[in-house]
Amino acid sequence: MPMVQILLVYNKLDQQLAKGGIKIKTIKTSVITENVARMAQEANFYLGADVMEAFKKAYESEVSNTGKEILQILIKNAEIARDEQVPMCQDCGYAVIFLELGQDVRIEGGDLYEAITEGVRQGYTKGYLRKSIVSHPLDRKNTGDNTPPVIHTTIVPGEHLKITLAPKGGGSENMSAIKMMKPADGVEGVKNFVLEVAKNAGPNPCPPVILGVGIGGTMEKAALIAKEALLREIGSKNEDPVMAKLEAELLEKVNNLGFGPQGLGGRNFALAVHIKTYPAHIASLPVAVNINCHAARHKEVTL
Amino acid sequence: MTQIRLTTPLSDEDVSKLRIGQQVLINGLIYTGRDAAHKRMVDLIQAGKINELPFDPKGQIIYYVGPSPTKPGKVVGSCGPTTSYRMDPYAPELYKLGLKASIGKGKRSPEVIEAMKKYKGVYFAAIGGAAALIAKSIKSAKVIAYPDLGAEAVHEFVVEDFPVVVVNDTLGGDLYQEGIKIYAVK
Repeated sequence: MPMVQILLVYNKLDQQLAKGGIKIKTIKTSVITENVARMAQEANFYLGADVMEAFKKAYESEVSNTGKEILQILIKNAEIARDEQVPMCQDCGYAVIFLELGQDVRIEGGDLYEAITEGVRQGYTKGYLRKSIVSHPLDRKNTGDNTPPVIHTTIVPGEHLKITLAPKGGGSENMSAIKMMKPADGVEGVKNFVLEVAKNAGPNPCPPVILGVGIGGTMEKAALIAKEALLREIGSKNEDPVMAKLEAELLEKVNNLGFGPQGLGGRNFALAVHIKTYPAHIASLPVAVNINCHAARHKEVTL
Repeated sequence: MTQIRLTTPLSDEDVSKLRIGQQVLINGLIYTGRDAAHKRMVDLIQAGKINELPFDPKGQIIYYVGPSPTKPGKVVGSCGPTTSYRMDPYAPELYKLGLKASIGKGKRSPEVIEAMKKYKGVYFAAIGGAAALIAKSIKSAKVIAYPDLGAEAVHEFVVEDFPVVVVNDTLGGDLYQEGIKIYAVK
């Protein structure tokens, strides 16, 4: 295209922008990297206020003395991590990133995913966070900088980029499970499966835990919404009243198993059960249970 | 609850009197090891190269942990226990060589519980996720083997009143089984 024509196109675009016809927000990759690096450290140093609040409530309701002592220790541990800016857990997690990308956003300065990966690399290195990722699941050589992250992207209307970083520990991830159930299994089947996963996990995933339950979709969708459910604030109510009731019932049932904090006996095995649903195929009832240890870490930023 | 103080190395008598649910404060030297270090150690044992082990397991305690990197000015990074079942395939070999205790979190296999009965060993739980707090009881730390494994290298820790709970004793008792019975609602 000749230069004059290019200038004309730009001129027209400028006029449209000025009139508010097209709004495009530009976000620099360097800003994304900085924010990811900061959040990786903050997520590992500062336990969320909702988790602290849940610890205190669990302390009040716990009937086992050992359980009470453990909850006190966990509160103290979070305070030390915050005051000394050290990771609350040595397992600083797999960096799981949720991106909500507005369709009117333009990323400037390079590859968006590379910018995020660089943020993880810098955050885990500068923050003295443990590097827990191996480059191949069978070769098992540590990548040395906790990359790559796992990135889930959703495109939405708007001009913003929301980044959520949720470091996920291996111990609780290992106790998570998925089952492709029959539609006839229904809600009773779902309840039984959640209880079965909790029973099998017992002391292993560092209770008190949070259970993220994904019901519906396809196999991978169920697993993904189970993980998304873990991001919900503890103590918040499910928008669906039927699911809110099911969450309360499941919480009571898993706590009645008697595992308690650290599985050493008590009534606070889980701090919360969070359910997320998605439409399912007429033939399917997928159910995924993603367990989060008590170090329920996540930070978000909207650019 | 009364707390029992133990100093390493441990004798058969030291561990034989321990019972599930007791709180123990450990003092002295302890060694660390996770999946990768265990695999190397057991490969050595099976190849008959016991003298090449990073430390003599006799009377010692192994702590299942991969610490976070040490921040300048600190003794060690955060270092809470990792889940123990992953070391189950290797643990009996070490108890057989005289290891007196392991520290981790979570259930052990029937084979490990049997090995502890047979060779007089115990299993302690430390509080999973209390990693910043646990680091306070570690007074010195150094890597003694497998530095190429990073966080998974074998460290030697000098600990002072390192808090643990007896989960499996030399009688085959299991706190994870017993502890929940009182609190389970039928």
